[in-house]
Amino acid sequence: MADEVVLLDFWPSPFGMRIRITLAEKGIKYEYKEEDLRNKSPLLLQSNPVHKKIPVLIHNGKPICESLIAVQYIEDVWSNRNPLLPSDPYHRAQARFWADYVDKKVYDLGRKIWTSKGEEQEAAKKEFVEALKLLEEQLGDKTYFGGDNFGFVDIALVPFYTWFKAYETFGNFNIESECPKFIAWVKRCLQKESVSKSLPDPHKVYEFVVEIRKRIGIE
Amino acid sequence: MTDIKLHGFWYSPFTLRVKWTLKLKGIPYENIEEDRYNKSAQLLQYNPVYKRTPVLVHDGKPLCESMIIVEYIDEIWPQNPLLPTHSYHKALARFWVKYADDTFSAVASLVRSSNGEEQEKAIEKIWEHLKVVEDQCFGDGKNVFGGDTINIVDIAFGPLITLLVVLEDALGVKILDDEKFPHLHSWYNNFKDVPIIKENLPDQDKMVAFIKVFREKLIASS
Repeated sequence: MADEVVLLDFWPSPFGMRIRITLAEKGIKYEYKEEDLRNKSPLLLQSNPVHKKIPVLIHNGKPICESLIAVQYIEDVWSNRNPLLPSDPYHRAQARFWADYVDKKVYDLGRKIWTSKGEEQEAAKKEFVEALKLLEEQLGDKTYFGGDNFGFVDIALVPFYTWFKAYETFGNFNIESECPKFIAWVKRCLQKESVSKSLPDPHKVYEFVVEIRKRIGIE
Repeated sequence: MTDIKLHGFWYSPFTLRVKWTLKLKGIPYENIEEDRYNKSAQLLQYNPVYKRTPVLVHDGKPLCESMIIVEYIDEIWPQNPLLPTHSYHKALARFWVKYADDTFSAVASLVRSSNGEEQEKAIEKIWEHLKVVEDQCFGDGKNVFGGDTINIVDIAFGPLITLLVVLEDALGVKILDDEKFPHLHSWYNNFKDVPIIKENLPDQDKMVAFIKVFREKLIASS
């Protein structure tokens, strides 16, 4: 029986991108369903009754919510192709730690940058750059966070690159000049088809953020 | 001979998650009590990112973040397994573990609340979360919490509910209302009587006294 895989997603979502990349890495065919977040489908509301959020991975009718949990699920089920997590438990715990760090820091700080002004924005920018620098330190001289192989932390982090143009424009700063190693790593990731095909054009994301800012009344 | 150290606070729900896991699996370890107002140089070296407990040090290698530590222990010491083996059930368990973590921020608001209004708001927020758990985790065919055997969701929520019971006492409020949350209430009553949990619960009176002082210090410094 063929596996039925559906992804409920929203094109600019970095969380959705994580799952897209993972499915591509594993060569899994799936149906992509674009959600209108102002008019969520009954399927979405039924599949994620707790948070009512995308992304939701649906495998043979069973929903898995929370992007990093879905990525680990895919890794578990399709374990024979392109392992994304280290086999050693200690390194696996480290990978989970850093993916969790990305979750705790990057999205919220990024969001503060494009929604706030003045002192609040400056503080968010400072913390954001510090977080990227810490991640750069973690990367060190490795090709990817996973070492020689693209892996879990790379997947957790690289989607946020598509929002950098928005952060930079509204935050009035340049990320590459602050964190060149980080951008070099992004460029390496973008050479992978699984990544380049899963990420939207940063310019489109920027235009989307312009629209949202108008809609929520930020000038 | 494996060397395991746990840097923690006797009163911390996060440390408790790790402690219960070690005890449940019969893993000997050295407990290192940290002082939150004077953290050891070792702790800061082991957890430079968050500078907080718990930290598990296994043969000199540090691990941070309570549920990441719990999963690590479960992977290496498979006796009394906490995570289901079935991929989908594992994903569900992880979802509820994350939900427990999300609920803690509502509890933190209550701990920090300095007036009646803040307290009420915080309790409302906690109730919202507890209602979700009550509605989604119990009932026909739902095996989210452990039945007769303790699982990772029990470990994730146990200390949170324990802390709520302490706060009820310390603040003179009712939070884990058995009318509002009959299944959750019943689950917790069973859970806290499981011998390994009962033997390793921090003393209620000590906790209440601690929370009162902790709150005073927090409120004074804000």
